[in-house]
Amino acid sequence: MSTPAQVVAPAAVVSQPAAKAVRRSFSSPVASLLVVLLTIMWTVPTFGLLVTSFRPAGQVATTGWWTVFLHPSFTFSNYHEVLFSGASLGVSDGLLPYFVNSLAITIPATLFPLAIAAAAAYTLAWVKFKGSDALFFFIFALQVVPLQMALLPLLQLFSGGAHIGSVTIFPNLNLGGTYVPLWTAHTMFALPLAIFLLHNFIAQIPRDLIEAGLVDGASHFRVFRTIVLPLSAPALASFAIFQFLWVWNDLLVALTFAGGSGRAPITARLAQLTGSFGGRWQLLTAGAFIAIVVPMAVFFSLQRFFVRGLLAGSVKG
Amino acid sequence: MNAAAVHTQPVILAGALGDAGSKLGQTVEALAVFFAIALIVFYAAGRATGRFHRPLAITVLLGPALVLLAVGLVIPAVRTIYLSLRSDDSSSFVGITNFTWAFGNGSIQQDLLNTLLWILVAPFVATGLGLAIAVLVDRMKSQAVYKSLIFLPMAISFVGASIIWKFVYDYRGPGLPQDGLLSQTVIALGWHNPPNWILSHPLNNFLLMVIMIWVQTGFAMVVLSAAIKAIPEDIIDAAKVDGARGLAMARRVTLPMIRNTLIVVLTTVMIITLKLFDIIRTMTGGNFGTNVLANEMYSQSFVEFNYGRGSALAVILFIGVLPLVAYNIRQLRRERAIR
Repeated sequence: MSTPAQVVAPAAVVSQPAAKAVRRSFSSPVASLLVVLLTIMWTVPTFGLLVTSFRPAGQVATTGWWTVFLHPSFTFSNYHEVLFSGASLGVSDGLLPYFVNSLAITIPATLFPLAIAAAAAYTLAWVKFKGSDALFFFIFALQVVPLQMALLPLLQLFSGGAHIGSVTIFPNLNLGGTYVPLWTAHTMFALPLAIFLLHNFIAQIPRDLIEAGLVDGASHFRVFRTIVLPLSAPALASFAIFQFLWVWNDLLVALTFAGGSGRAPITARLAQLTGSFGGRWQLLTAGAFIAIVVPMAVFFSLQRFFVRGLLAGSVKG
Repeated sequence: MNAAAVHTQPVILAGALGDAGSKLGQTVEALAVFFAIALIVFYAAGRATGRFHRPLAITVLLGPALVLLAVGLVIPAVRTIYLSLRSDDSSSFVGITNFTWAFGNGSIQQDLLNTLLWILVAPFVATGLGLAIAVLVDRMKSQAVYKSLIFLPMAISFVGASIIWKFVYDYRGPGLPQDGLLSQTVIALGWHNPPNWILSHPLNNFLLMVIMIWVQTGFAMVVLSAAIKAIPEDIIDAAKVDGARGLAMARRVTLPMIRNTLIVVLTTVMIITLKLFDIIRTMTGGNFGTNVLANEMYSQSFVEFNYGRGSALAVILFIGVLPLVAYNIRQLRRERAIR
């Protein structure tokens, strides 16, 4: 078991004594100290960001955040300012609209590929036809195509349609200023991985269950909806969480298809603002914390699914 | 907050909420339309019986995915290769000119060199650190806490991580109190005039790599830790009977047993590093000698609108990623075959 997609599973079933044996054989206080030190090093930068986002502007400008332990002084006004009143940032509006954009982009961009991939995975696994295995492998192999290979032609398609000579194969739909290009792009880019992961899960549903449904006269649609989908819930959840975080944290697709428009998600807006915030760290840190609080909440509340989904999806992109 | 600001506040708030409502309304609408169409099609297609049932099921269930994959990945990838062989406005065929430009242009050579440096440093350090922590943490009490905290950066976007580290690297002129953790730390250690970190080439490349390492170490640690726990008990016992302890155990037993996992983690982080974009974009915008291939590809295509050159860079990226992804895919398929 050596691939990210799979190593997590065996860990759960490994017998306790083995783990304990390894544990004992490495015992040393130096090692513990090292781990504690590393953990502190890993956590301090984020902690500094969090502390700074709650400090008054005057103090952020003159002292480092670590002085807060000697002179504690906190305020919520940074969050208020960065969310609602853009004027003081030298931009037209606060970050709230972009936070809303992130939600509006991420939720459909998670559910669309989930539904489409689940249907495709069921078909490839249970409605076998000539070449279905080859097709599955081809879809899987599409993961080698980096996003960068697809961005430019896809953007041209969205903004101008597709033509061969003077014949229009795909009309210009005038989708600028809507979320549709973002939803579509994220859905397309998610499919190879989603189909692969869900196929692996759905293919392992006991044959009897599927065939019992079909023998009873149910259509493939009904079997898919009433048997396959409920049974695949764990796999669907893992992929949904991975995709949610992937889209929420994405910058490349967002910049390409929403750029500086009013539909850009908070990551794209923050990346733009890092320069123009200047030295006003209390605002930039508050903005950054607003952007990372959602994935962090997902991380802490759904850690098990989160790790599984993340590991499974680690080669995406 | 002054009186005027307080006065306008409810207006701004109302406007913002109205905007949020309409955006989320559109989202809910799109979701409703999507699932309504799916249900109607399912219901209608489900009524077909006999010899139409199977082909219809295949078309309806698999069709959308295939169309989206063709339009979103297959055709664009082919078209990018085509565009890379044409001039920047795509009007004429120029052969491999865009590629000779990429390898001959001084600034692109620097980008390629930086990318190479990234691949040679960041993945190995992240994997090495991840392995070290996985081994060290394995026998500790409440290891879940340490693992969670080290893994946490993985949940944060590269943009968020970049801002966190931009703050750590922040610099103020000599004499002013420093607000960056790094400057403050080196001053405390006795280095009185630290440089403006992000402007110091080539040091800045390594400072940016720290961000990647900070994020990816947790990934390496979690995967490797799981692999270590999956080593069969009898192998550990046999090694112990033979007198293996501590480092010897790590080198002779643990490492060989998790070799495959180690390689997959390394190649995975390499793939992510090769496609690195967000950190560079947020931290320096590619300035100060920190540019890399993927960021230059974005700039050429979407800032300068040099479609030929941008596409050529995308193709170079593809050729760089190809062997790594192919290796991981082969590995994944072999695992499936065994199981």
